[in-house]
Amino acid sequence: MILTAEQQADVAANRQRYDQHKALGQQQAPKALPPPTPRDGAPIAPASIIHHETVPGGWYFVTKLNRGEALRIVNSTGRSCVSLLAWNAADTSERLNHADTIKVQWASSLRKGRVILSDMGRALLSIIEDSSGAHDTLAGCSNAATNAARYGDGFRNSRDNFLLAAGKLGLSRRDVHPCVAWFAPVSVDADGRFEWHGERRTAGDFVDLRAEMDLLLALSNCPHPLDPSPAYAPGDVELIRYQAPLIAADDLCRSASLEAKRAFENNATWLNSNVAG
Amino acid sequence: MTDSIPASAKIVLQTAIAARVPWSAIIRKGQRLRIIDSHGQQAVDTLFYAADDYQERYSGQDTLRAQGSAYVSTGTALMSSEGRVMLRVTADSCGLHDTSAGACSCESNTVRFGHGTKYLHACRENFLIEAGKYGLTKRDIVPNLNFFMNVPIDPSGNFTVVDGVSKPGDYVEMVAEIDVLCLISNCPQINNPCNGFFPTPIEVVIYEAGEG
Repeated sequence: MILTAEQQADVAANRQRYDQHKALGQQQAPKALPPPTPRDGAPIAPASIIHHETVPGGWYFVTKLNRGEALRIVNSTGRSCVSLLAWNAADTSERLNHADTIKVQWASSLRKGRVILSDMGRALLSIIEDSSGAHDTLAGCSNAATNAARYGDGFRNSRDNFLLAAGKLGLSRRDVHPCVAWFAPVSVDADGRFEWHGERRTAGDFVDLRAEMDLLLALSNCPHPLDPSPAYAPGDVELIRYQAPLIAADDLCRSASLEAKRAFENNATWLNSNVAG
Repeated sequence: MTDSIPASAKIVLQTAIAARVPWSAIIRKGQRLRIIDSHGQQAVDTLFYAADDYQERYSGQDTLRAQGSAYVSTGTALMSSEGRVMLRVTADSCGLHDTSAGACSCESNTVRFGHGTKYLHACRENFLIEAGKYGLTKRDIVPNLNFFMNVPIDPSGNFTVVDGVSKPGDYVEMVAEIDVLCLISNCPQINNPCNGFFPTPIEVVIYEAGEG
């Protein structure tokens, strides 16, 4: 297609603006993000704990997580993968969007300092602590067929767990959206193939997710479909719902990137609060 | 690779889709859908639903998990949320398609590119309008296929929309294994390189392969 001089000028201006966003997004944010949390580096004050739950391997858990609360997910045995769905409790059509989460932050990898975005340009969850840094956003979760192919019949799977979890929230199949999977060490090699890095899972690893609006969460403790182990052996997962520390003006997750800042500006507009609140 | 549609084929539908607009059609089992990037470097955001049960819908994560790799090309089985094959990609003169980056929306544009980009047309606007014709709502719209969109993912997880590699006339073709509803948004995005910063028309052909 032959463009006019005016159209060519528009294209050039838009390209220049994109290159600026890309340079800021890819170069600034990784520098600002800290290393993983030491496994003994973030004790939770007992007085702040709201609820403690042990989820057996193969099972799921449903919880509210109100704004300002956090959920610690502990991979007690190092053998678990925890897949997560999240909805805005006030409007469940707003929900976790893995595609926007990774596209907007220029990274398919999740780690301390990143946020989980909804489909509405707002932050649902902040990753305020993370001792692992080995999570998957690309390959989804198990279903009856993937389990049958690897383990045989009779093993619980995340797809069905999510249908059950949604059902108990008054939601349905339409509301079960793509997930993110914690403690799922998947990377993409130079040829685009997925690689599984089992050595990056360690007993005691945890991730702490802070709710940035009132949320409904569904978590499923089933092996990741790319986990090559022939044994179906997910361990118990410990969940600790607690009151998150007060949010400082220089909060990591809210200031780690220009994208995160803008997402929290959208939260503030929606929640009718100030950005720091 | 510029295979033409065989002369013996029965064309069910052949139409141009103007720049920036949505489109939809039912594709029956056994029929082929060819999407042609008429001018090159044009992202085509695409969703599929089982025609007899719209709650069964395209799943990018299941598609990638099933093939064990991160991009869509010839041989990719396009999977549903129920783990069924919806369509298979049978030809691809471009070689690189994304299904992890989702669609642009007014809302995500504000986060990616600044609040000044809120009032620009976006793929989710197209999807909402087109999906609404079938009684579908935002709850039914999930992260989609992006034909002709180039989004390399490096081993450390960097994830970047870069210049498309499709040339004028490049196409991707798939055969339906079940009856599907296809929604397309001919992407209007001008804030990143997925459309060469200048959205252009595309063409779609639905046909039935002839004998032999």
